[in-house]
Amino acid sequence: MISARQVSKHFGRLSALDALTLDIARTRITAIVGPNGAGKTTFVKTILGLTRTYSGSIEFDGARVDDDGKYRSRIGYMPQMARFPENLTAAELFAMLRDLRHADTPIDEDLISEFRLSTELRKPLRTLSGGTRQKVNAVMAFLFKPDLFILDEPTAGLDPIASGILKDKIRSERSAGKTFILTSHIISELEELAEDVAFLHEGRVGFSGPVSELIRTTRQETLEQAIAQMMKRGVAA
Amino acid sequence: MRETAKIAGYQLRDIARSRWLFGYVLFFLLVTDALLRFGGGGEKALLSLMNVVLFVIPLVTLVFSTVYLYNAREFIELLLAQPIRRHQLFGGLYLGLVIPLSVGFAAAVGLPFVFHRAVATSQPGTIPSLLLVGMILTFIFTAIAFFIVSRSEDRLKGLGIAIATWLLFGILYDGLVLLFLAIFADHPIERPVLGLMLLNPIDLARVALLLQFDVSALLGYTGAVLRKFFETTTGLAITISALVFWIMGPVALGLRAFQRKDF
Repeated sequence: MISARQVSKHFGRLSALDALTLDIARTRITAIVGPNGAGKTTFVKTILGLTRTYSGSIEFDGARVDDDGKYRSRIGYMPQMARFPENLTAAELFAMLRDLRHADTPIDEDLISEFRLSTELRKPLRTLSGGTRQKVNAVMAFLFKPDLFILDEPTAGLDPIASGILKDKIRSERSAGKTFILTSHIISELEELAEDVAFLHEGRVGFSGPVSELIRTTRQETLEQAIAQMMKRGVAA
Repeated sequence: MRETAKIAGYQLRDIARSRWLFGYVLFFLLVTDALLRFGGGGEKALLSLMNVVLFVIPLVTLVFSTVYLYNAREFIELLLAQPIRRHQLFGGLYLGLVIPLSVGFAAAVGLPFVFHRAVATSQPGTIPSLLLVGMILTFIFTAIAFFIVSRSEDRLKGLGIAIATWLLFGILYDGLVLLFLAIFADHPIERPVLGLMLLNPIDLARVALLLQFDVSALLGYTGAVLRKFFETTTGLAITISALVFWIMGPVALGLRAFQRKDF
């Protein structure tokens, strides 16, 4: 669904992505892992067109991502940090996104009821707790039934119950044929969900392929151990 | 265009409920009312008000817009992940800031004049000019704030640059002009001074307003030259185009920086 070729991005002298080449398969859950500063968020932002000057190319369903941004109507994005206009309510926020997306299609409000958010929707966003804001953030990614979900550290800041609800939602959308890109530091979480894994290190792809293959090649038992092994090797290299 | 209007609409709702905007509007309301009550006739009140406007608007607009945009950074990222184009988002954010700030100012200064029935007693055209110039300054300095925020990743540095910009245009520049005048006092420097006025939007606004108030005699010989210049059609055309340029220039720079920014 996404194919990145030789993508390089520099911030001053720092190289965030270094000739990165990676394919994200359709209707699968791909976990992007790697140490801090490996380029996970930069990669995800480049797919979304948030990164401006980079070399190489990124294609979404065979078409290069560009400023036109129409392709973004097929993506649901959940950013790492949820900060919203202080004086708007979540209901207004949803209405704003709906306006911008011309979404005439029915929307997916399942998470609103499952998170029991309906009473929180009318309060100004500044009065909501961090966890509640993160729930609002999750709702927005799923609201417009996109084909591709990009979730950056989705369960960070969520309590175990909410985190479980979100994971169930991810699973059910996956069985409905949707594609997911997840990034997370909490490997055990990815273990439950991930089918493919892309290990980034210093802006390059250290490994990409099915989780089972990574576990086999590193001769470890679990994804967590396999990734720890990759990180050690990555640092050594 | 529709996307721009929609974004501006929601942002307007957000800012209209902001305590900062409320404070800003209340400030102008109280100052204008106090000046009209205790400051003698409408003319004198207008002059004092002009000084407050030229001092406060650039500062508040720069600081408010800079802080607002830095705080909105994550939200801007979220909006950029939607199927809209960057220039549409820029337009929406810019209008969403400029409209509440300028309309709030115009209402806060205009209404007391209506209440005190001071509109009729002041020289025709002075109150609309003051309101218009205040709004133009809001447009200019909001655009400058956009440019600063798009170019500087670090919010403390950005805020510092915003305040330095205000110091430069609001205070330092006049000092430099005075120095220039003192050094070249023996030379015919009216024309260069005219040029210098055009380079600073606050000075330009001050001159344009002072000449409306019929106090240009206070400016001495230079004042007479300025008056002569600004009263001609060419002078007026140059003043207006300079102010338009001062809006377009920073808006274009801000848009360019915003379009190139890596979020």
